[in-house]
Amino acid sequence: MQSTSHAFKQNAHRALHDPMLQKAMGHVRSGFIDKRVQAAARLPEFDQLRDQAKAIKDHTLAHLDHYLERYEAKVLEMGGKVHWCATAEEAREAVLSICRSLDARTVTKGKSMLSEEIALNEHLEANGIEPVETDLGEYIIQLRKEPPSHIIAPAVHVNKEQVEADFRRVHKNLPPERSLSEAAQLVDEARQVLRQRYLEADVGITGANFLIAETGTSVIVTNEGNGDLTQTLPKAHIVVASLEKVVPTLEDCATILRVLARSATGQEFSSYTTFSTGPRRPEDPDGPEEYHVILLDNGRSSMLGTEFQDMLRCIRCGACMNHCPVYHAVGGHSYGWVYPGPMGAVLTPSLIGVEEAGHLPNASTFCGRCEAVCPMRIPLPKMMRHWREREFEQHQAPAKARLAIEAWAFVAKRPRLYRWATSLLIGALGRAGRRRGRFRELPLAGGWTAHRDFPAPSGRSFQARWAEQQRRGRASR
Amino acid sequence: MSSRKAILGAIRHSLGRQRGDGAEQAVEARLRTHDRNLVPQRGCLEGEALLSLFSSQAERVDATVERVATDAEVPEAVAEYLKRNNLPPRVRMAPHPDIQALPWAEKAPLLEVAEGRADPQDLVSVTPAFAAVAETGTLVLHSGPQTPTTLNFLPENHVVVVRASQVVGAYEEVWDRLRAANPAALPRTVNMITGPSRTGDIEQRLELGAHGPRRLHIVLIAEEGDS
Repeated sequence: MQSTSHAFKQNAHRALHDPMLQKAMGHVRSGFIDKRVQAAARLPEFDQLRDQAKAIKDHTLAHLDHYLERYEAKVLEMGGKVHWCATAEEAREAVLSICRSLDARTVTKGKSMLSEEIALNEHLEANGIEPVETDLGEYIIQLRKEPPSHIIAPAVHVNKEQVEADFRRVHKNLPPERSLSEAAQLVDEARQVLRQRYLEADVGITGANFLIAETGTSVIVTNEGNGDLTQTLPKAHIVVASLEKVVPTLEDCATILRVLARSATGQEFSSYTTFSTGPRRPEDPDGPEEYHVILLDNGRSSMLGTEFQDMLRCIRCGACMNHCPVYHAVGGHSYGWVYPGPMGAVLTPSLIGVEEAGHLPNASTFCGRCEAVCPMRIPLPKMMRHWREREFEQHQAPAKARLAIEAWAFVAKRPRLYRWATSLLIGALGRAGRRRGRFRELPLAGGWTAHRDFPAPSGRSFQARWAEQQRRGRASR
Repeated sequence: MSSRKAILGAIRHSLGRQRGDGAEQAVEARLRTHDRNLVPQRGCLEGEALLSLFSSQAERVDATVERVATDAEVPEAVAEYLKRNNLPPRVRMAPHPDIQALPWAEKAPLLEVAEGRADPQDLVSVTPAFAAVAETGTLVLHSGPQTPTTLNFLPENHVVVVRASQVVGAYEEVWDRLRAANPAALPRTVNMITGPSRTGDIEQRLELGAHGPRRLHIVLIAEEGDS
């Protein structure tokens, strides 16, 4: 999809003044966080499992070449095909040529962020094939011609009334007097409409939460059952997966599954966890006749061996964005590309370049909640800091910011100058703000004081107070 | 150069892969031994504790669980379930010997029984399970000539018949049983099913019956000496 990450500031500004979006984001702030806490509390081994899940992925990434070869060999042995694709374009073409070989006119799709990453729907449409999203959230945003705003709840920015309006606009053959004011009625209507689409689809496309090297299996984790209907009913099942999805064994997969749903939705286990191995067997009464895996790199192999390798452990649970104060405030669309929130702030610059996405790693308060809840213990703030450093090194930071940072660095590297300058500044601010205890306005801090007061310092620097306390401590001993 | 070669080359370059560095042997060994990682305590129960954990976990996720003492009680339990939910007395059964062997005609003579893969019109399916996992109230079903996958997803009501001997504590025990029953390869599809279909996509409010079954009913046969 076309990125608007470079316009993060404008996007965020718009989002903050969008009352419908702000109303919808209230559901994120309240729902996900409590549910995760409760699910984690019910499993005493949760944190130990996180450590093991991290170790599994670290081991796999360190041996990724061999695991991918083993995985591929097993898929082939089971009668499936693996299409290695270095770029998004290769992946789109591979899917299209499979669809063409089957004279496909409609394809149903399970939710896949990778499909968004490679802009698959646009490509299929441009070539006369109709993609039908079947995950309810994805279906809603497809009707609205919007990108997803959350990696597991793509329509989290949409309110019920907006869904009703979209359904009335698109489902023209249903009686206009029908009631659609309840969520249950909307879910029913989508079920009814999409049921027909499953049955007429020629190809079903799903993503993959895991690829298992031991068995050549792809795994999807869903709650609706849409992914299963998508991959069971048509002639062919195409899996789009990026290469870091591979794990060694069924046992390793089970361990990561134990932390996935708990971190994502706060469920102990999602409703449907489905393991697919090759096409249907000759004696099977149902299932797809062809099974294809699109194995996509798209920049990931060059993250290995760098300070961003840890990001490849990500299992796309969404916990980081569910807990991010910046995401809560501006919503997913502000980030301008497929992956929002903290994981997007790290991954997006890797995939589309820090020139385009440099704002994202800056859109963080470094409060650390993302890292604290990440089931794979990805050091997200640290990696955002790496991007900020790179951005600075590549001279992409704005001139004013660079000047300020350089000035600060000059002073910070000279302790006596630093002490002198800060005590002077703090003393002056302390005296000026003594009466009110805060500033409404402050030169050079307009960005801060436009939205809130700046608290007046006590008048003495921390270092000065620390030194004094040390002296006193020694004296009293 | 093919993309395959380019991608693998890029990975090896990034990882600094050396010939004879033992990486391949490490991978080989891990895949061969498929060692277990940490299995949570709650997945290590036995006997009645195991069965009741399975039931309570399944009920937590909105499945309904009914215990019967013997095979012979299953057809009546299914017929009663249909009546309770105002469903017509008609089911689509998996063509599986364990289900076929139940005394349908004798114990539920009014029940109309058809076999095979699901039709879009079918309202109720009855299937066996391969296993059931207590730690999360999860059913494990797989595809095969006697167990079409469509039965698990198309009908609005899914009735699953489980024996106490099929209930295990943790997922890892399922893998062992799957490997033992299918030494050559996994079945095409293995479904882990935990409660009926649901969605939270509209304002984060949970609604059941998004695309898959609206109701999941588990008939647990707890024969004497079986558990």
